[in-house]
Amino acid sequence: MPIITDQDIDDLAVGAALLGTGGGGDPYIGKLLAKAAIEEYGPVELLALEDVSDEVAVVACGAMGAPTILIEKIPSGDEIGLSLDAYEDHTGGRAGAIIPFEAGGINSMIPIALAARRRLPVIDADGMGRAFPQLEMETFHVYGVPASPVAIADEQGNRVLIETNDAAKAEWYARGVTIRMGGQSYIVNYGMNGRTAKRVSVPATMSLAIGIGRTLREAAAGHRDPVSALVDFFAGTHYGHAKVIAAGKIVDVVRKEENGWSIGVATVEPFDPSRPTVKIRIQNENLIAEEDGGQVLAIVPDLITVLDLDTAEAITTERLRYGQRVNVLAVRVPPIMRTPEALAVFGPAQFGLKQPYTPLGHGDD
Amino acid sequence: MRIGIDVGGTNTDAALMDGPAVVAACKSPTTADVGSGIVAVLRKLLDMTGVSVSQIQAVMIGTTHFTNAVVERKRLLEVAAVRLGLPATKGLPPMTDWPRDLADTLGRHTFMLRGGHEFDGRKIAPLDEAGLIGVARTIRMRGLRSAAVTSVFSPVTPEMELRAAEILKNEVPDITLSLSHEIGRVGFLERENASIMNASLADLSQKVVSSFRNALRELSIEAPFYISQNDGTLMTPDYVERYPVLTFASGPTNSMRGAATLAGEKEAMVVDIGGTTSDVGMLMQGFPRESAVAVDIGGVRTNFRMPDVLAIGLGGGSLVRDEGARIGPDSVGYEITSRALVFGGDTLTTTDIVVAAGLEDIGDRFRVAHIPAKTIETALDTMHRMVDEAVDRMKTSADPLPVILVGGGNILVSRDLPSASKVIRPENASVANAIGAAIAQVGGEVDRIFSLEGTSREVVLTGAKVEASERAARAGADPASVKIMDIEEVPLAYLPGSATRIRVKAVGDLVIG
Repeated sequence: MPIITDQDIDDLAVGAALLGTGGGGDPYIGKLLAKAAIEEYGPVELLALEDVSDEVAVVACGAMGAPTILIEKIPSGDEIGLSLDAYEDHTGGRAGAIIPFEAGGINSMIPIALAARRRLPVIDADGMGRAFPQLEMETFHVYGVPASPVAIADEQGNRVLIETNDAAKAEWYARGVTIRMGGQSYIVNYGMNGRTAKRVSVPATMSLAIGIGRTLREAAAGHRDPVSALVDFFAGTHYGHAKVIAAGKIVDVVRKEENGWSIGVATVEPFDPSRPTVKIRIQNENLIAEEDGGQVLAIVPDLITVLDLDTAEAITTERLRYGQRVNVLAVRVPPIMRTPEALAVFGPAQFGLKQPYTPLGHGDD
Repeated sequence: MRIGIDVGGTNTDAALMDGPAVVAACKSPTTADVGSGIVAVLRKLLDMTGVSVSQIQAVMIGTTHFTNAVVERKRLLEVAAVRLGLPATKGLPPMTDWPRDLADTLGRHTFMLRGGHEFDGRKIAPLDEAGLIGVARTIRMRGLRSAAVTSVFSPVTPEMELRAAEILKNEVPDITLSLSHEIGRVGFLERENASIMNASLADLSQKVVSSFRNALRELSIEAPFYISQNDGTLMTPDYVERYPVLTFASGPTNSMRGAATLAGEKEAMVVDIGGTTSDVGMLMQGFPRESAVAVDIGGVRTNFRMPDVLAIGLGGGSLVRDEGARIGPDSVGYEITSRALVFGGDTLTTTDIVVAAGLEDIGDRFRVAHIPAKTIETALDTMHRMVDEAVDRMKTSADPLPVILVGGGNILVSRDLPSASKVIRPENASVANAIGAAIAQVGGEVDRIFSLEGTSREVVLTGAKVEASERAARAGADPASVKIMDIEEVPLAYLPGSATRIRVKAVGDLVIG
């Protein structure tokens, strides 16, 4: 079983930001927390999904709330352990392995911190394969694992348990509690056994994120074009198909508030003047990239990430600005995220988009 | 009339301004004591112009002295880093992720106590007053003279930092305090880092400010003096004594604003071409567009808003290769006077190309007579293309804007640039920093998270605008001249409707006399 190294965590931060598809929060604070936990409690093993034993009790974990709060109210580090305590007290079982509920953004790091404290392995998989804004947008939920019970804790030691038979309701209650907890909370839920985890999880996403970071680091050291290195890297993974769908300059970013959500549209004017401009619609994450004229280049749940042209570092939606030179990279998600059941939970319609889901590369392979 | 002074690492520059017009400008070497260099340059300036000291209404000083001290780890005090926020924040103690040598220099005196607030003003925990008295005891025992106090969400609710200051001051009367809500915005670690660095500069700031004061006194200049801060606005000397860290980014800001004044443009691109690199930035309403990313100073992460500047590898000493098709990013740098062909060296540089093209007469032009016309043409094309691309990259729209060229390497650009409406080469560009200091205004800023519970965004937005304007007026701006420069509103992602982050910046003219 491989041990997660310090270098892995640096690489993971870079890769998780890319899997964040513009959202998910800056992994910086999470990275420091994961490193601090490993330093204090010892190394963490990354357990391949296929190596998880059928009977082991698996729980998912992560943080909920606004990244803007997290960068100010730094965690005590104890919160996620308290959530797991609450979960175990309530269910009467003991967790034998941790699985991230979200591999994109900061939530890639919280499970490592928890695993270090509890001396448990982290499973190399997750329930989103990227970042999504809501707790029910999980393959765990899609393939029948109940979202409840949900254990939520904060740094004060407050614990809340939610029991409901509806994943969307669990999300709704949890978010209300999160606001009362000061805008940031720590969650353990989606308990399942190892056999189920193997059936319902997006495999190898933690090692994918680490691989993304490593690829970019090595490309920089070897003076290779980082984005083509990334495309090559994805080709060798189960995500498979990745493509630069636009290369150009951000010429416009419009943001507006709709029902409290920050909705935006970023316009990319390609360097090649014969190419049409590309518009990316944003709601926390990048949802859809379309050419002028309506041709869809990529659409959720496929990954759409805006990368700095020179470094291929992922640019979050909050940091998108006029004048940035970018590559827009799209990556097709693995089959488990593309079934009709999955699309009914996190497909285009769930984000209010009228366009149907068409997998990236559809028709050209 | 006003005098602007720029105390740089090498030279101290001064400019005498009458309104927006430059009357005279000069340079003198920077001295170790700072003060005598200022005296020398001011004497020179007054002698040149015959202006009497009574005609001077204000003196504005820009300096990189404090930045350099942190970068060089010199003249820094040991600091008590006091954090209020437990049980939150315990996961990452103060000075986590600092360069080891700097943390060692500052002594790693860290304290974490209960306290702090939520984004909506609720307390995380009551302030641990007894704990603070214990901290004070340790501070006395260890002989520390400077402390930084950082409380969670103090930019929204500063009361615990203020109460902690009261207690510490009461217990250790001669302690110098750096309170984080006076220094930075939301972003706890970055604000705490800046506060700790600020505290480490407490001694140096007293010394530098008094050397400014003494220099002016020595010349019998009775006009008030101010020091420029990161965003190009002014601080009073007593404020700088307490918050030197707020000068960290003032250099590039002054340079760009000075260039704008010299060119008479408020919306423009500034290209500063040096020996090795060209820095390209954008001015909006006379202020540099600011970068949104975290900035490292001396290896420490901060969230100061620095001007967003793109550096490209093109300067007067850049190497020319492949018959002119490839230029830089390496440069002969300061060795240009021995290594460039026109100076008898053996390296083909951009300066050689400009001389060979007959555009400038520098060094010995016969030494470059052998360069083929095609190489000259290709190299000139490459240089212009590099500048044009960098300008285009930093612009916010496709519309052409004026391009202001400054810096010794500006001779590299001799043609029109497709991205520019016009190319301006202002006079006195070599003292742009001092001019930028001289024209500075006074600002006020609000940047924090507003809870929307029981109120609306219109109400909080209006409140933020009024508060920013009041802050500008309190800092010395003529209230009638205060204008809102910038409003930025970002609803909190993933918590729809609960809170919004608002940043408002107001700027007005300094009241003189």
